[in-house]
Amino acid sequence: MKEYALEIHDLTVAYNEVPVLWDIELEIPHGILIAIVGPNGAGKSTLIKTALQLVKPMSGSISFFGKKYKQKRKKIGYVPQRGSVDWDFPTDVLDVVMMGRYGQLGWFKRPTKKDKELALEAIDRVGMMPFIHRQINQLSGGQQQRVFLARALVQDADIYFMDEPFQGIDAKTEKSIVKVLQNLRDRNKTVVVVHHDLTTVSEYFDWVTLLNTSIIATGPVNEIFTEENVFKTYNKNKSTLLR
Amino acid sequence: MSIIQIETLSIAILVAITCSLPGTFLVLRQMSMMADAISHTILLGIILGFFIVHDVNHPLLIIGAALIGVVTVFITELLNKIDLIKEDASIGLTFPFLFSIAIVLISYYARNAHIGVHAVLLGEIVFAPFNRLMINGIDFGPKALYIMGTILIINLVYIIVFYKELKIVTFDKGLAAVLGISPVIIHYSFMSIVSITCVGAFDTVGSILVIALIIGPPATAYLLTNNLKVMIGLSALFGSISATVGYAIALWLDSSIAGCIAAVIGFVFIVTFILAPKKGLLSTQLQRHSKKLEFSRLALLIHIINHGDSKEEKEECSLNSIHNHLHWNKSFLERIIDSAKRDNYIFVDKDILKITEKGKSYAVNYHQNILDRISVDN
Repeated sequence: MKEYALEIHDLTVAYNEVPVLWDIELEIPHGILIAIVGPNGAGKSTLIKTALQLVKPMSGSISFFGKKYKQKRKKIGYVPQRGSVDWDFPTDVLDVVMMGRYGQLGWFKRPTKKDKELALEAIDRVGMMPFIHRQINQLSGGQQQRVFLARALVQDADIYFMDEPFQGIDAKTEKSIVKVLQNLRDRNKTVVVVHHDLTTVSEYFDWVTLLNTSIIATGPVNEIFTEENVFKTYNKNKSTLLR
Repeated sequence: MSIIQIETLSIAILVAITCSLPGTFLVLRQMSMMADAISHTILLGIILGFFIVHDVNHPLLIIGAALIGVVTVFITELLNKIDLIKEDASIGLTFPFLFSIAIVLISYYARNAHIGVHAVLLGEIVFAPFNRLMINGIDFGPKALYIMGTILIINLVYIIVFYKELKIVTFDKGLAAVLGISPVIIHYSFMSIVSITCVGAFDTVGSILVIALIIGPPATAYLLTNNLKVMIGLSALFGSISATVGYAIALWLDSSIAGCIAAVIGFVFIVTFILAPKKGLLSTQLQRHSKKLEFSRLALLIHIINHGDSKEEKEECSLNSIHNHLHWNKSFLERIIDSAKRDNYIFVDKDILKITEKGKSYAVNYHQNILDRISVDN
């Protein structure tokens, strides 16, 4: 049996007893850059939050590289939505990026010189070197997103989850972030991105998952990203149970 | 200064520093009002503890109080789980309830027990030096110094050991959870620290001063720094200074010590709020004002670019009629025109405003920068 980077079976998630994800089946192979696409409220963020155990599912199983989440935790990276944190928190760019190392460090241990070097390397990769000591509340949206990306890079994960990394940033930053993500993919990392701009899917991603509470289709962009599938995803009035 | 006065001041400073440590994180976690709730509900813990051990000085009372503090946090969060009850309401529901049970119990049992409403309700720093630690008849000084000293050490050790964990859980709970640093463990252990601090400080200086000390100095420090460690240090410093100045004023006026210290804390905050270099009221208003001038100037330049060299130029860009088009009052318009002239962005030719090459490239660059910043997907 082929081992997937992420494997989800029979997953149903409910908020207040209202299911937001129905019977999800998803197998994501290694080394691809995949977009999760769907309309607002389709459960895109919920899907990755459930994979990361931040939301408890009602049923179903999730595995990473054939193992349980706990065994692979250190190999899983996460970039939350930029708006999910308080940017007035008193700290600077370097310090936020260092937080990415906390998982490898574990409880109690302090970051070492080595951690700092890794953080600086990651900051360099996202082009934020001139800003390492800039207070985070003085960064633009695109810069904040690049800081988050650098913080994910130092996690040194094998699979990355990113929640709307292109939300509210300029086109130039978007292109530079995509380059970093493609670079990760080229190093055989798996990158899962919640995305909502249909026009850039084919340009940026290898694979796509079309989601609207249930999975409409998953696979390589050139096979799956068809007008028919997109229409199904965005105009779903009929229950998919009767397909 | 008498020995008693020195002891009183030392106690006040010690309490101030002890409170500022958890206070910093409470303010950053936007849970300041939880300190208010806890500093009241711990009374129930003290009473319940008293029923078990029948001794007002027993250490179990502190443990009971700390437990009730954590219970307060737990109940508040439980109420939050129903969407209709927001966080402020759940605090407002929880703490008067637990507090009033405590009051009823005290007033009912106070008749035949050795526990006065006043003694428990309002710790009073004036009396703190008189409650002394005596071992085999030897006087080791005020008990409050030992109690608060111990709590200060506990707080220091906790914050040093869990500094990194506290920081990430406060800044980004989701990432912390994914990285295996449990936000729940940090949250409840931290709230226990807050409870213990409240109990000790409450017993020594009373609940109003506890709240003032926990929230005031960190909130003041937050206005002055963007560095977490500096913020902790500044909070401790502001707390100690306020305690010292407040105590001096109290001696001078022969007035309430707790009242004077709390008032000084408030005063220091207000002054900082207005004058703080970057985040203060004055400086943010000034920044906003200069931004407004900058944008108005840009608007004027763009107006001239759009209408210059056209049929309507005479009407749109004339010194006599431009105010009809920009809808600015005369004095504001004059200021903007003067400032643009000073920078050689515009010049006046037969009463018509004209843009210079310099003005044009400034406006175009500025506009391009704004366009670059506009998101592609919003």
